[in-house]
Amino acid sequence: MSDPNATASMDGNTLCGSCAFVDDIHNEMCTGPGQLRPHWEYFGRSLDAMGKDELVRRYREARRLIRDNDVTYNIYNDPQGIGRPWDLDMIPLLIGSEEWSVIEAGLIQRAELLNLVLADLYGPRRLIEKGILPPELVYSFPSYLRPCAGIENSDGRYLHLYAADLARGPDGRFQVLADRTQAPSGAGYALENRIVMSRVMPSLFRDSHVHRLAPFFRAMRSSLNSLAAYPDAEPRIVLLSPGVGNESYFEHAYLANYLGYTLVQGDDLTVRDGRVWLKTLDKLQQVDVILRRVDDEYCDPLELREDSYLGVPGLLQVVRDGNVAIANPLGSGVLQNPGLMAFMPQLAQYFLGEDLRIPNAGTWWCGNAEHRRYVLANLDKLVIKPFVPVNKQRTVFASKLADTERKALIRQIETRPHMFVAQSQVILSAAPVLARNAELDSRHVVVRSYLVSRDQSYVVMPGALTRVSDKRENFMVSSQQGGASKDTWVLASEPEKQDTLIVSSPHVMHKRPLGGDVPSRVADNLFWLGRYAERAEGLVRLLRVVQLYLADSSQVLASGRQSNFVLNQLLRVVTHTTKLYPGFVGEDAELRLASPEEELLSVIVDHNRQGSLSQTLIALLVAARSVRDRLSTDTLRVINDIDMELSGLQQGNLQHLNDADDELDNLITALMSLSGLINENMTHEQGWRFLEIGRRIERAVHTTTLIRSALVYPAQPDDESVLLESMLSILDSLMTYKRNFLLGFEIPEFLDVVLLNETNPRSVGYQLARIQTHAGYLPVDRSRQQLSAEERLVLELLTQLRLADASDLAEIGTDASIRVKMDRVMDHIQQQLLELSNVMTTTYFRKDEQIQQLVPTRPGGME
Amino acid sequence: MKYRVTHVTHYTYSKSVSSCYNLAHLFPRSSHRQVCFSSTIDVDPYATRIVERDDFFGNRACFFSVHTPHQMLTVTAVSEIEIKPLGNLLDMAFPVPWDEVNDILRNSTRSEDLDARQYLLESPFISLDENLHKYAQASFTPGRPVLEAVHDLMDRIHNDFDYDPHTTTIATPLREVFKKRKGVCQDFAHLAISCLISHGIPARYISGYLETIPPPGQKRLEGADASHAWFSVYVPDFGWVDFDPTNNQIPMERHITTAWGRDYGDVTPLKGVIFGGGKTHKLCVSVDVEALESDGL
Repeated sequence: MSDPNATASMDGNTLCGSCAFVDDIHNEMCTGPGQLRPHWEYFGRSLDAMGKDELVRRYREARRLIRDNDVTYNIYNDPQGIGRPWDLDMIPLLIGSEEWSVIEAGLIQRAELLNLVLADLYGPRRLIEKGILPPELVYSFPSYLRPCAGIENSDGRYLHLYAADLARGPDGRFQVLADRTQAPSGAGYALENRIVMSRVMPSLFRDSHVHRLAPFFRAMRSSLNSLAAYPDAEPRIVLLSPGVGNESYFEHAYLANYLGYTLVQGDDLTVRDGRVWLKTLDKLQQVDVILRRVDDEYCDPLELREDSYLGVPGLLQVVRDGNVAIANPLGSGVLQNPGLMAFMPQLAQYFLGEDLRIPNAGTWWCGNAEHRRYVLANLDKLVIKPFVPVNKQRTVFASKLADTERKALIRQIETRPHMFVAQSQVILSAAPVLARNAELDSRHVVVRSYLVSRDQSYVVMPGALTRVSDKRENFMVSSQQGGASKDTWVLASEPEKQDTLIVSSPHVMHKRPLGGDVPSRVADNLFWLGRYAERAEGLVRLLRVVQLYLADSSQVLASGRQSNFVLNQLLRVVTHTTKLYPGFVGEDAELRLASPEEELLSVIVDHNRQGSLSQTLIALLVAARSVRDRLSTDTLRVINDIDMELSGLQQGNLQHLNDADDELDNLITALMSLSGLINENMTHEQGWRFLEIGRRIERAVHTTTLIRSALVYPAQPDDESVLLESMLSILDSLMTYKRNFLLGFEIPEFLDVVLLNETNPRSVGYQLARIQTHAGYLPVDRSRQQLSAEERLVLELLTQLRLADASDLAEIGTDASIRVKMDRVMDHIQQQLLELSNVMTTTYFRKDEQIQQLVPTRPGGME
Repeated sequence: MKYRVTHVTHYTYSKSVSSCYNLAHLFPRSSHRQVCFSSTIDVDPYATRIVERDDFFGNRACFFSVHTPHQMLTVTAVSEIEIKPLGNLLDMAFPVPWDEVNDILRNSTRSEDLDARQYLLESPFISLDENLHKYAQASFTPGRPVLEAVHDLMDRIHNDFDYDPHTTTIATPLREVFKKRKGVCQDFAHLAISCLISHGIPARYISGYLETIPPPGQKRLEGADASHAWFSVYVPDFGWVDFDPTNNQIPMERHITTAWGRDYGDVTPLKGVIFGGGKTHKLCVSVDVEALESDGL
């Protein structure tokens, strides 16, 4: 933490007094050691008054909130990969109101300018004709999508959403480092940062008079609404996401919920009759506006990238027909051309007759001879970027290259000049951050601002997503590189209304009507979420009882008793329910039965084994996160708890079976709360019914598997009695049994409780009765007054159970070796449940057949 | 000359296709050399929607989709075209040296010249290749008139490469075509374009047809029973000039232009996305170019 450049401050014992100040770098907070800028004074004083310990406490509180809300950012190729918690620093970036109005005006100017460029490049292309932009600059940029040319709209508004990366240079002036026009990301994270900060520092936040973010999102809603052909007729707006693997999937789900849009993926949509439709369970619903988070090239495999599975074939034609609006429109990625920045001053003159209000970082495009000469003469002062990122070419600091690399770079620039862009190296400003040792350290910051079109101009979010470098000396700022983020407080000159200071939490704005659009994919994921949750719960219950017997039996064995029947039988049940054969079943199982710890541990931790607890939990998490927009905040918190227990199981610190005890206990609690929340806290609309049916099917399968694998082969009555008791405990039905039957444990009574009795919520009969109820609500064609396939299946099973006789099922066959009827009935129930699951899949989760490209016709070659 | 072109594309799938979305470049565009006075497209099974538009390059693109489950798809496009006689023969010695073309274009502000510069760049199917550049160098001797040099290049490609529909596919990269010295008209056109742009001469890809039955006494041309492809070169102050390396000739009245673009990908006669269809598709194309009585119809 010692920094030779950091001047010791007079009051170095306070937090802000210790602010690391470095000459030649603009410091956001101080003008010199211990000297706060005026707009930081109140904040700095409050921070000092708060003190280090309290600040750390609030940081922990923020971490907890982030974890609870399951705010994640996925880093590609990272072991922590999916579900990495979002990193929020405790010191916001403060921007004064006067300075902000300058920034605001500059950003609006830039957005309007970019809109005009976009309209021209896909329209008349006068910029090329008049020699303002070189043809090569436009035509060799891969995001210039020729099929998108010629699509006009009457109001001249093309760029709907825009984000700019801003940084302050040593002179203290902001400049634009990059434009984001493809599918600007991060506004949702900015909102979440605000929600967390306003909760952990409520009074400081309130008294600082910070501009609210909610009005910006309201503007976004009304802007997107206005894009629809009939804005007054409650247009259907969807947010198109690449899916759960995308780096900012959290944000997609978060914004979809916040704005009240249905979160969809490409295959949830289809093009028919010149329109785009959302495939819901029972019908197609027309989509009016698409908020796009899939890069434009991937949006239509017919006319754009043919290898894309993220898009909708035929989408572009619907756009041409004017029957759907997309924000941003397909083709907007062309404005992210890094060479375009070099021409922004001329473009501003051409279109507006003005200078840029916020300057660009100096940029040169080597395709222009003059620019190229400058770049080659000043190489060491510049950052060289590939025009198109191909072959892992990266941004390089020419001054840091070895001599041979430098020569190679010069040669490349000379042979293919239009493929290189140079930018002057901006010495980014520094802002204070809370370091791990609870001191203030400093990091370089880049501010991402957001704009949305409204009427004939733009609205700027009075706030931003500020990102910080991962190291103090590093000028590269990227969330993909693991840098943290900050809330950005734009200070109002006077307080805004008190009652609206805090941004409402997502579900308040959630306006989707009950039983709204449920895409088939969502129903599919909910169904499997139900199945995996129940599968995990059943397995954990089983494993806990096995653990108990294992601990017990080692004592018993020490006392010299021989029979290990119950334990062995339970171990076999583990293998049968997980289908992790051979396990404890088969001829060579003796060794594993004798010392079962290793195999049991593997059943718990080995996520490569299909059916293991870890693998089941992973599947559960993937299913849950794929429908996270359908789950409440509380449910997401539980999902997160499950994730934490899972990592506890996986970190390799489980050497012994007993080490897993805590995790198993916690998992039961978490899984129980999950099912509780699903019942109590999720609207009982169609999606919920799919989740329920999945859960019920799984529980019935689990119970019948248990009965069958433990009891079909008869054993000594004493052993069987102990076995029954343990089974009742696994099936959470021991109390029910004891209340109904005072005497010992008998098979017919056991079957009555866990199989037939429809008032026991753990029995198979109860599961079937519930499925029957749910099946009656599924969206099937009821015009023919017939039962649906799934209704018929359940009715048949339920009737069979209701007619069954427990003593009959317990009867041992003539050769005294097997309970024939029990075996047959359990097998039949399992088969029919499997069939039910298949029927559900084909009826409701009908995935379109595989999408593929036609073999294109080829001239001169006969096939 | 007047022609009627009938282009039938027939797909058979091993499994049913529930929906398909297609983009066709099957209707000939009009140009200074030809007039297309009628075009029809017939899709079987019935296409719920057929939309024609002009694409980025001014070609006639046609979108259609089929939502009837089918195991066979037949697309029949019929057009009637009149080709205008070219008038005087081209002057191959037109006095623009090839090595001045690029400088002329870079310093010009004329819109045709600016427009031609988009055809100087690499594209999805055309990349620059050192070996190809070297191969072309023999034709591009210093100061040689550009048309003469291009004609020589066409001549060499025709002689050095064998027409063989079985060695390459759409996905075969140019360097491999070059190594094997075999290919079809599309490969030869791509190859020539790569050679030309590496010498700073704008070149584009032309998709079209050839007259099927040759006039008496003339040889039947290669590629006549399918659609055909060749390339075109831009000469400042002169315009675009077509060359057909497959048949080693300057296209005259027997070449019918359908569409042009940077490469095959911009003007694929028929492409599409299907749902279902199983693993194997059979494609069968037939093209019939029939000369019409000039006073008939």
